[in-house]
Amino acid sequence: MTRPESAPPSDSPPADLPEGDQSVRVVMSSGDVSRALRRVAHEILERNKGSQDLLVLGIPTRGVALAQRLVHVMAEVEGRDVPSGALDITMHRDDLRRNPIRAIEHTYIPAPGIDDKTVVLVDDVLFSGRTVRAAMDAISDLGRPRAIRLAVLVDRGHRDLPIRADYVGKNLPTSRSERVQVCLAEHDGLDEVRISGGDR
Amino acid sequence: MKRHLLSMNDLDRNDILTILDTAESMHDVQHREVKKLPTLRGRTVVNLFFEDSTRTRSSFEIAGKWLSADVINISAKGSSTSKGESLRDTVRTVAAMGVDGFVIRHSASGAAQQVSEWVDAVVINAGDGLHEHPTQALLDAYSMRQRLGDLQGLHVALVGDLTHSRVLRSNLICLKTLGARVTVVAPPTLMPAGIETWAASEGFTTSYDLDAVLPCVDAVMMLRVQRERMSGGFFPTAREYTVGYGLTRERLRTLQKHTVICHPGPMNRGLEIAADAADAAQSLVLDQVSAGVAVRMSVLYHLFAGEGSLT
Repeated sequence: MTRPESAPPSDSPPADLPEGDQSVRVVMSSGDVSRALRRVAHEILERNKGSQDLLVLGIPTRGVALAQRLVHVMAEVEGRDVPSGALDITMHRDDLRRNPIRAIEHTYIPAPGIDDKTVVLVDDVLFSGRTVRAAMDAISDLGRPRAIRLAVLVDRGHRDLPIRADYVGKNLPTSRSERVQVCLAEHDGLDEVRISGGDR
Repeated sequence: MKRHLLSMNDLDRNDILTILDTAESMHDVQHREVKKLPTLRGRTVVNLFFEDSTRTRSSFEIAGKWLSADVINISAKGSSTSKGESLRDTVRTVAAMGVDGFVIRHSASGAAQQVSEWVDAVVINAGDGLHEHPTQALLDAYSMRQRLGDLQGLHVALVGDLTHSRVLRSNLICLKTLGARVTVVAPPTLMPAGIETWAASEGFTTSYDLDAVLPCVDAVMMLRVQRERMSGGFFPTAREYTVGYGLTRERLRTLQKHTVICHPGPMNRGLEIAADAADAAQSLVLDQVSAGVAVRMSVLYHLFAGEGSLT
């Protein structure tokens, strides 16, 4: 077992990509990402009729950064802080036995807890839906929220479970063999969504 | 990480830090309303205790249950051991029922190692004779790290009945791996034979003078005087031991403000540790017990959660 690196330093250059590789496409630029997040933040506030009883929980690693950006926008709009936290779902995964041991990320829930809150789960990519299933299990161990909503930056389809997102930054039709990579300034030095691989 | 946890030597620095970091996340579970994670659902862990134990056995049991493993306790009294069954037959019998792991405490040094050669299941050493008690060393390191931060460069004194202490052996390895400086203190009769060569090769120092050591350490760990393992006269009277090597109220005052006091328990209050010291604000004794569950959850997670049990 190797000790997992903590989040890579934010000043590190974006992951190396082969120069001129036709199979890598940028599908969302930095501007697209920030516009999508602003819209999602507004949609959450609109549907919730304000920010009362909202709790925004990011799923590590990228989801936590996205959650913080969302509450930042909401605070601007509403003029008051919206609580955010992190929810690690490693212990609830259904594929633990199929993979090498994973490191556990920290779970942070702001003080009043999640009882009777409207919890908005935030993740970067929605794919099989298994992560979200695990997150809902993790939440039910922590308390009983009034409702759970799901916000994702990218919905790439191919669900294994009957789960859908309430708020989507971008719907991205993909083939199963393609890889969607979300880069965020906090972790990768810039905001970008790339798609690579696949046999198109 | 290796498949079994038999000795602190099975863990390198990265393994130890990973276990301690994971234990921090597990510690949060202790404060939840629902203390249950589904992680080890369907795994069966057998606590096989051939020696008496309160905290180790119950904390392994709680740790396993909070991770949703099925935990079964077998103790020597009331098992076929009392009818004369050998250790080998007992573990092979239980293993044949299809269990995934054993947590073993035995009075013979090397028992856990032996068992790991007899069965396919994962084996965790919960104390074997005078040899080792790795999860105790891990929870000691965890408690000290919670209060003092990184152990690199800190000075730790291990005081008391060193000859009979498996906690000592595991702690020496663990503290050295984490970069702490160690001084062991005991009366000459309770210093293990050949400690000088051991100290030289492992890089710790020895002392017979507790009063000289106490003011310059960051942590002091009082080890229990194990009267059940003593057949001869290791010291004339209990009173004399306390005067020379007990953490008394007077000695408590000579500690620096930030110095923490550890004791693996069970404590002989008034013998190696005075009630004032055991209940002082600097005392980590109850933190250690609480850390025991978190650290053992972390160990169970790393040994049982992955693919085919282990990587």
